[in-house]
Amino acid sequence: MAHAASHHDHDHGHHDQEELKTFGFWIFLMTDCILFATLFATFVVLRLNTSGGPTAEELFSMPGIIAETFILLTSSFTSGLAVLSMQKGDKKGLIGWLIVTLALGIAFVTMEITEFVHMVHEGATISTSGFLSSFFTLVGAHGLHVSIGIVWMIALVLQLARRGITSVTKRKVTIISLYWHFLDVVWIFVFTVVYLMGVM
Amino acid sequence: MTYDTESPYHELLDEEMKSVRPIKRYLVPLLFVLVVALLSGCSDQIIVLDPKGPIGESQKDLIYIATILCLIVVVPVIVLTGIFAWRYRDKPGNNATYKPNWSHNTKLETIWWGIPVLIIIALGIVTVSYTYKLEPSKPLVSEKKPITIQVTSLDWKWLFKYPEQGIATVNYAYIPEDTPVRFQLTADSPMNSFWIPQLGGQIYAMSGMAMTLFLQADEPGEYYGSGANFTGRDFAQMTFKVHATSDAEFNDWVKEVKSSSPALTEEGYAKLAEPGSAEKQAFSSFPAGLFESIVTKYAPGGTHHQHGSADMGMPQPPDPGKQQQTASTADNHMAHSSAGH
Amino acid sequence: MLDNLKEFASEFFVTGDPLILGAQVSIALTMIAIVIVLTYFKKWRWLWTEWLTTVDHKKIGIMYIIASLLMLFRGGVDALLMRTQLAMPELNFLEAEHYNQIFTTHGVIMILFMAMPLMFGLFNIIVPLQIGARDVAYPFLNSMSFWLFFWGAMLFNMSFVIGGSPDAGWLAYPPLSELSHSPGVGQNFYIWGIQISGIGSLATGINFIVTILKMRAPGMRLMKMPMFSWSVLSSCISIIFAFPILTVTLFLLFLDRFLGAHFFTLDGGGNPMMYINLIWMWGHPEVYIVVLPAFGIFSEVVAAFSRKKLFGYASMVFAMIAISVAAFFTWAHHFFTMGSGANVNAFFAVTTMIIAIPTGVKVFNWLFTMFRGKIQFTTPMMWAIAFIPCFVVGGMTGVLLSVAPADFQFHNSYFLIAHFHQVLIGGVVFGYFAGLYYWWPKMFGFKLNEHLGKWAFWFWNIGFYVCFMPQYLLGLMGMTRRINVYDFDMGWQPLNVVSTIGAFLMGIAFLFQVWQIAHSIKFHKKDTTGDSWGVGRTLEWSIPSPAPVYNFATIPVADERDWWWEEKERREQGIQPKAIPLEPIHMPKNSAIPFIKSLCWFTAGFGFVFNWLWIAIPGLIGVAICMLVRSFQYDTDYYIQVDEIKRTEAALRGAN
Repeated sequence: MAHAASHHDHDHGHHDQEELKTFGFWIFLMTDCILFATLFATFVVLRLNTSGGPTAEELFSMPGIIAETFILLTSSFTSGLAVLSMQKGDKKGLIGWLIVTLALGIAFVTMEITEFVHMVHEGATISTSGFLSSFFTLVGAHGLHVSIGIVWMIALVLQLARRGITSVTKRKVTIISLYWHFLDVVWIFVFTVVYLMGVM
Repeated sequence: MTYDTESPYHELLDEEMKSVRPIKRYLVPLLFVLVVALLSGCSDQIIVLDPKGPIGESQKDLIYIATILCLIVVVPVIVLTGIFAWRYRDKPGNNATYKPNWSHNTKLETIWWGIPVLIIIALGIVTVSYTYKLEPSKPLVSEKKPITIQVTSLDWKWLFKYPEQGIATVNYAYIPEDTPVRFQLTADSPMNSFWIPQLGGQIYAMSGMAMTLFLQADEPGEYYGSGANFTGRDFAQMTFKVHATSDAEFNDWVKEVKSSSPALTEEGYAKLAEPGSAEKQAFSSFPAGLFESIVTKYAPGGTHHQHGSADMGMPQPPDPGKQQQTASTADNHMAHSSAGH
Repeated sequence: MLDNLKEFASEFFVTGDPLILGAQVSIALTMIAIVIVLTYFKKWRWLWTEWLTTVDHKKIGIMYIIASLLMLFRGGVDALLMRTQLAMPELNFLEAEHYNQIFTTHGVIMILFMAMPLMFGLFNIIVPLQIGARDVAYPFLNSMSFWLFFWGAMLFNMSFVIGGSPDAGWLAYPPLSELSHSPGVGQNFYIWGIQISGIGSLATGINFIVTILKMRAPGMRLMKMPMFSWSVLSSCISIIFAFPILTVTLFLLFLDRFLGAHFFTLDGGGNPMMYINLIWMWGHPEVYIVVLPAFGIFSEVVAAFSRKKLFGYASMVFAMIAISVAAFFTWAHHFFTMGSGANVNAFFAVTTMIIAIPTGVKVFNWLFTMFRGKIQFTTPMMWAIAFIPCFVVGGMTGVLLSVAPADFQFHNSYFLIAHFHQVLIGGVVFGYFAGLYYWWPKMFGFKLNEHLGKWAFWFWNIGFYVCFMPQYLLGLMGMTRRINVYDFDMGWQPLNVVSTIGAFLMGIAFLFQVWQIAHSIKFHKKDTTGDSWGVGRTLEWSIPSPAPVYNFATIPVADERDWWWEEKERREQGIQPKAIPLEPIHMPKNSAIPFIKSLCWFTAGFGFVFNWLWIAIPGLIGVAICMLVRSFQYDTDYYIQVDEIKRTEAALRGAN
């Protein structure tokens, strides 16, 4: 890929490149922040426009949501453990913790989909009201991010199994764990703004 | 970096004198004369600068003040561009000073940060005070009681309703001169903008809400009005004339409409609201609460209504409470803005 | 069966208008001609390996520029059609439907598919050369950005022949753009065309921020960086903050139309005003995104052809950053007339005016760069000088529009139209032309014919004033935008005729430019110095034109603001630069994935336009597969060996 500073020797060149990609990913996360900020803004504007449809209080069942929250927080923790194993050079530990993270992620998405299906069955769909449009879009956008993260992480586990811990795979693990923590932070906002403020 | 300590102004002035060639001396006045001729040739058609009401008058003053303030910077810049381009052209025999490394001068830079700041402060103060003064929903000071006209933008025609007189018109309106007119604007169509240039500036007409716009005609006449915000296919047909007349003529006109025009029924309105352009029409009456029902069309009963449909309907003269409601519309907008940011 | 097919075809293809039929035929003929030429000259492989799969920033830049000039042609034809209708409304040259489509596509194409790619083209070609880099930070992503833009633009333009064009204005305000009022597919083309290319723009923003922050030559601290690179940095910072808002806004509009959501609908608790706020929160910064690089270009051109250092460098940088930050706090001035109340209007009026301050400072700095210089009137410099009065007047009318209560009289009138065309043509287009002429020899190794360029320049400039000055008056005469017919009594026709004449003068100017390019390709004189104008000040002029694939054989220590200018002076005094030993150069390999993946996006977009999930879903699956394939690729780069560098350099610099 790009070549930052050729006056460095080649190994250095590779090293710089991986750093460059991590830096770029931080900037990508900033843009993603703005994307979510915009979705939050639309939700805040529309959240009381139930248009005769169900309200937040009628719809949300908090126990399930709290369980989802704990699952996602735990997965953030396990992805941190994966990075720690990687830094120790422990390939098995790294893959193991990534698989645990994956399992938690899948559990989270499954619960969210179940919640959505349940709502749709109760007649609360995206086309019911402005409130529900913004609810499904905001929470769905987060869920979609998590799902993409899951596919990506599976691909990464396969690569790690084949290639072990190299400067490239190291960077990839760093990036995905950044992404995963980011989604966790977004979820905390979702939990607060959408669910807690909804039922309170 | 070289710092030039000696002041460049004197030299600049000299160069300015030398560089203005005779032809330019004539060219500028000539252009000026041409522009003035062009302006005066059709000045009665430059309707924004030929207002016939207090709001339009203030807006015209404001336009002139702002233009003059801007010209303080714009004219010197254009003149300097010409002078510098001419003076420092790279031609044999041009012995103008050449200082390739001169790139910084604190005094000069302070001047051109400072002057625009001062101008913008002045303009800002003027603008803010006029913004409050000319807030469209602010009632006009007048001895006469304002008349109310409820305006609805339809696809693609304007419906005017006179709740106090009980009549309605399509694509034209009469107003008494020297009397404040309280326009209440809504839309049963995509967002439009209601504009009568000679009386004053425009305001959007939006579905689900009623905006207030106070205007007044100071003299009798026929004033052009139109929709200014695109609403679809036959948008270009949405023009109308506002006839300002004496009170007596206005009352005669109302009487005539009452006696000679058909009534607007619910079905008639439904038909009128169908997409298409329309000829001028008048109606001797309209269904009670038609305007209110248009404004509240999308508000589901009993739930929160976000559009803050301020001061709907009521044909009474405005009271302080109404202003309160208008302010709440403003807050509503602000909420969108700040939340979105 | 046959009847069904016929019926489908008549709905699928836009039919019935001789103008459109003519366009369809010519598009078909052009495509056949391209295929025949490529096959006859056996150029398919060349096209694929050298261009479609390239990750070289210089080639990507050239492709951006070619695409944008084609789009300028289409947007320009749209403009001339509109002007023809307005000069003679009684002839009904364009029906209301067509007129509405044409002003919509004109706006979208000129901003998003002409200005943006022309800007990205210049970013791509110049920034790495100017900061001493071998490529951008992410060449693969860069190629992706280009192809996303390209296929997004294709999807949008396709609406001209298939399905019908959007007709709700370039920002598609709901509820007009909602299914309730625009049931056709045109609006879907709008959403997906812009969405796909918008993702590319966002990626470009990230790419250039990292390139500029991380890949500058040793010694080039930020405050030593050439002004164009500074302008790119500030523009890209605005991109990463503004474009996610556009992505979300369009996506929400899509959900409204596709799934019946209620974000911006009238019923169901939707809020159309929210769309207007959101779209302008992107839209206002967007105009600064396109104008800031033009400011950067003027800074380079004015300094180069005045043969003088740029005046007030620090002020310039500060002003630029101030503009890009302030641009995010002014969006509501696009709808003062929404009745948001005096507090809101006063706030946004003042923030808008504040932008005039740094902009004014920049103008003075350019002027005083010329002061005591030695000005050469080359075409780039002429564009730069013509820009100043034009932009200053445009800026002034902008300040007038920012005076909220006065805006009640200007809003949506031809005064507004004249204003934004003056800043966009006088600022952005003049700027990009200056840049294009200035850096053309750096891209292709020869200058464009100056004589023809001057003809084009004068036609553009005279045409511009003849076209847009009358429009200010028309605005004051009460003429509103987006109308295809008007009442003769209003007295608008004479000025409209004048305006149309001006538009055609600009059309002639464009033809001169086409001629100029064709003529220069045939009769050019090869540039052998690398510093084609002889007045270059920055790094890009220190290497051969066109630059070799790796740009710099060795990267100099560029620790001065006008490094190449200083270096030339040192060399004149006989001080030779220290030789840096050559080393193998690490380069990215070409990749077909960006092209294929963007084509998959195009397919998915096309499917969504017609609600055909059987096309959309495979398209999205294609996108996912491309991403996974890329993730598993590890062999993505190679080295250019020292011998080969020596050979290339000897060939390129041999003529010296």
